[in-house]
Amino acid sequence: MLRAQQRRRPLAGSIATAAIFMQSAMVLAEQGARSDTNMRYGVTDVSHRVYDLHMLSLWICVAIGVVVFGVMFYSIFAHRKSRGAVASHFHESTKLEIAWTVLPFVILLFMAIPATKTLTDIYNTDDAALDVRITGYQWKWKYSYPKDGVEYFSSLRTPRDEINNLAPKGENYLLDVDEPLVIPAGKKVRFLITAADVIHSWWMPDFSVKRDAIPGFVNESWAIVPEPGIYRGQCTELCGKEHGFMPIVVRVLPEGEFSAWIATRKEEAAKERELMSQSFTMEQTMERGKGVYEKVCAACHQPSGEGIPGAFPALKGSKIAMGPIEGHLNIVVHGKSGTAMAAFGAQLNEVDLAAVITYERNAWGNNVGDMLQPIDVANFKKGK
Amino acid sequence: MGADHHGPAKGLTRWLFTTNHKDIGSMYLWFSFAMFLMGGTFALVIRSELFQPGLQIVKPEFFNQMTTMHGLVMVFGAIMPAWVGLANWMVPLMIGAPDMALPRMNNWSFWILPFAFTMLASSLFMEGGAPNFGWTFYAPLSTTYAPPSVTYFIFGVHLMGMSSIMGSINIIATIMNLRAPGMTYMKMPMFVWTWFITAFLLIAVMPVLAGVVTMMLFDIHFGTSFFSAAGGGDPVLFQHVFWFFGHPEVYIMILPAFGVVSEVLPTFSRKPLFGYSSMVYATASIAFLSFIVWAHHMYTVGMPIAGELFFMYATMLIAVPTGVKVFNWVTTMFKGSMTFETPMLFAIAFIILFTIGGLSGLMLSLAPLDFQYHDTYFVVAHFHYVLVQGALFAIYCGVYYWLPKWTGHMYDETLAKTHFWMTFIGVNTAFFPMHFVGLAGMPRRIPDYALQFADYNMLSTIGAFITGFSQLIFVVVVIKCIKSGKQATDQVWDGAHGLEWTVASPAPYHTFSVPPQVR
Repeated sequence: MLRAQQRRRPLAGSIATAAIFMQSAMVLAEQGARSDTNMRYGVTDVSHRVYDLHMLSLWICVAIGVVVFGVMFYSIFAHRKSRGAVASHFHESTKLEIAWTVLPFVILLFMAIPATKTLTDIYNTDDAALDVRITGYQWKWKYSYPKDGVEYFSSLRTPRDEINNLAPKGENYLLDVDEPLVIPAGKKVRFLITAADVIHSWWMPDFSVKRDAIPGFVNESWAIVPEPGIYRGQCTELCGKEHGFMPIVVRVLPEGEFSAWIATRKEEAAKERELMSQSFTMEQTMERGKGVYEKVCAACHQPSGEGIPGAFPALKGSKIAMGPIEGHLNIVVHGKSGTAMAAFGAQLNEVDLAAVITYERNAWGNNVGDMLQPIDVANFKKGK
Repeated sequence: MGADHHGPAKGLTRWLFTTNHKDIGSMYLWFSFAMFLMGGTFALVIRSELFQPGLQIVKPEFFNQMTTMHGLVMVFGAIMPAWVGLANWMVPLMIGAPDMALPRMNNWSFWILPFAFTMLASSLFMEGGAPNFGWTFYAPLSTTYAPPSVTYFIFGVHLMGMSSIMGSINIIATIMNLRAPGMTYMKMPMFVWTWFITAFLLIAVMPVLAGVVTMMLFDIHFGTSFFSAAGGGDPVLFQHVFWFFGHPEVYIMILPAFGVVSEVLPTFSRKPLFGYSSMVYATASIAFLSFIVWAHHMYTVGMPIAGELFFMYATMLIAVPTGVKVFNWVTTMFKGSMTFETPMLFAIAFIILFTIGGLSGLMLSLAPLDFQYHDTYFVVAHFHYVLVQGALFAIYCGVYYWLPKWTGHMYDETLAKTHFWMTFIGVNTAFFPMHFVGLAGMPRRIPDYALQFADYNMLSTIGAFITGFSQLIFVVVVIKCIKSGKQATDQVWDGAHGLEWTVASPAPYHTFSVPPQVR
C-alpha cells in the first residue's frame, strides 16, 4: 500500500482526472515529484517519514469510513419504511459501547507511536554543519550565514504584469525569487527562523519543514537534503497584504560548489562595502534609488508614490519627503513605531539608503533637488 | 388561538420590547440568516478572485478584508446566533417551561447583536478598510500593523461577547430552574443537554476573548506591550489566549448540532436514540477535552517537544467520544423504519460529512503531519466540513424539523429537498477539492496562487456559487411555509416524541402556563 509507485498516485487522483480539467498547466517540478492531489513525498528522510505517516493515517481514516458508512448505507437501504421495515426498539448495549470506546483507543496508539518518533527526530537540531538565519519581513525573506558574514534579501521575481494578467504567466508563477537560499547537499543545515515585523511562516514542503517566524523569538529546524536541486515553497502565515507574494526558493548545491558560491558572495560583500566611501552623481543615485524603491518601498507606498489612503501614506507631495532631509533620513532609518513603517537602517546599506531617499525626494514631481551620499547616511547612523 | 388574550403586541414595538422566547427566537434566526447571506457574499467575492490565477476582481488588501469579515460574520453572526435562536424557541418547549427564566435579559442579548454587527460591518467603509488580519487576528498584525478600524472590531467583539454571555446564563438558568415536574436531568432531550453544556463553555471562554481583545486595545492605544516582543511582551501569548477561547468556541458551534441530530434521527428512524446516557457523557467529555487541546492550532510556533506531545495526545483523544457519538447515531438508524424527509436528509448528510471532517481532524492532530498541513487549504477543507456540512447542515436540519411547529404549516417537501440536494452538491464541490490543493501545497489566505492549483480552485468556485444561490430556495420554502401549506398536526412527524409535540401547531404565543407532568 505504501510502496513508491503508489505514492505518486493517490486514490483521489483517478477520480480527479475524471472530473473537470479545463486549463491544464501542470509543470513537473525540477526536483521532488509534485502531486496535484496529495502531499508530496519530498526529498529528505523526514519528509519521507511524514509522507508515510500521512498515508498510514489516511488509509486508517478511509477504513473507518468504509466500515461506518457501510453499515449506515446498508441500514438506509434495508431498514427503510418503504420496504416495509418494522422498527426494533433496542436502545442500549453496554458491551457494544465499551467495544467502540476501546477499539478507537487502540487504533490511536498505532498512529501515536510513529508520530512521536518522527516528532522527536524533527526536534533534534543537534550537530548541524551549517547555520542559516532566516528572517521574515513584510514581504520578503532575509537569509544570513552568520559564520561567513554573508546576508541578502530574497523577494518575489514574478513580474507584476503576470500577476495583473497583462503578460502570460511563466512556469514558476509566484514561486520564483531573485535570490534563493543556497545550502550544501548532504549536510545537516540548521535553520534559525525569526521575523522583523509580523509573524510569518517558513515552509519548504519538500523538506517537510514549517516553522513560524516570530518577532523576538528564534525557532529552530533542520534538513539534510541528499540531492542538489531547486525547491520551492511559500510563506504560510498571514502577514499582511502581500502575504501571497513572498515565496521561498532553496537551491541545493553539491558541497564543493557551495563553498565556491559562499566565497564569491563574501567577495561581493566586500566590494559593496567599498562603495560606501564613494560619491555618486544625481543620475546614478536616482537610478539606483528607483530600483531600491520598487523592490522595498513600492509594495506599500505604491510605484506611483501615492500610497493607499488610510493604510499607507503617500510620499508624493508628503511633508516628510519634501521637508528637511534629516527628518526624511530619520524615518527611513529608524522607522515609525506603532505603524507598519519599518526601520530600514537595519535592512539596507548606506548606498541604498542614500539612493532611495534621494529618489523619493526627487521623483513624482517632488523635485526637492537635494541629495544624499552614502557617507551622509553613515554619519547619521553614527549619531551625526 | 382565539382564546389567547395575551397575544403579541402590534407593530414594531412587539419586536423591540418583546420578552417572549418565541419572538426572540425568531428574531435571532432571521438575524443569523441575514448575516449568513452577508458572510456568504464575502465568500463569493473570495471565490471569484480565486476562480483563476492572477489578480482579477479585487486587490490583495481587500481580499484580506474579505477573508477576515467572512470568518467573523459566519462564526459570530451566522452560526452562533442561529443556535441561540433555536435554543430560545425550543428549550422552553422541550422542558415544559412557560418562557426563558430571564426574559428581559433575553431581549437585551438579542438587541445588542444588530449594533455589534453594524459596527463591525461599518468598518468596510472606513479609511484603511475593514479588519484584514484574519478572523484569528494574530498580533502584531492586528495591533501595530492593523488598520484604524481595529478599534471598532474590538468593541464589536465585546458586544457580541456580552450578548453570548447573557444568552448562555439565561439558558442555564432556564434549564436548571424551569424543567417540568418529573423531568430529571437524565430525561432531558439531547438538544437541551448539548445546549446546557455549550452554555457552560460560552460562559467559560467568552471572557477570555474579551480579555484578549482588551489587551490588544491597550497595546494599540495605551502604550502597553502585551504582544510586542520589542516592549518585553510576547506575540505567542496572543495565540495561547486566543485559542484557549478559540478551541472551545468551535465546540460551541458543533455541540448543539449533535443535539439536533440526536433528536431528528430517532424520529425518522422510528426508534429510540441508541445509548442516551453515553451520548450525554460523550458530550461532556468532548467539552472537557476542548479546554486542554488549544495549542494544536499552534504546532508550528516552536513549542517545546513536551508541550507538542501533550497537545497531540490530548487532541487524538477527542476521537474517542466523538467516535462514540457517530457509532451511536448509526446504531440508532440500524433496524429502524426510516423515511427520508428533508430534516432526515440533512441529518444523514451531517453524519457522513461531519465524520469526514472529523477524520481529517484526526490527521491534523498528528503534530509531525501538521507541519505539512498547517495553514494550507487542507485545514480550510477540514473546518468547512465540520462547520458548514456540520454546524450549518444541523441548523437547517433543526429548522426544517421544527418549522411546522413554528408556522403551523407543512413546508413544501419537493422544494425543500431541492434545497438540500443543491446545497449538498454545492458544498462538496466547493470544499472537497480543497483537500487536494491543500495537500499539494496551497497556503490559505492568499489572493493568487501557483498554476498547478488552478483546476481545483475553479471547481471550488463553481461549487461555492451553486451553494450560494441554492440558499435562495430556502428563503422561498420558509416564506411559503409561513403563508400557506398543509395544516400541520400537533405531532407533525409520526415518529416524534417530546413535549414540544404536545402543544398545538403553530405553537401558541404562550405555552405551558401550567407545567406538564413528565413520567
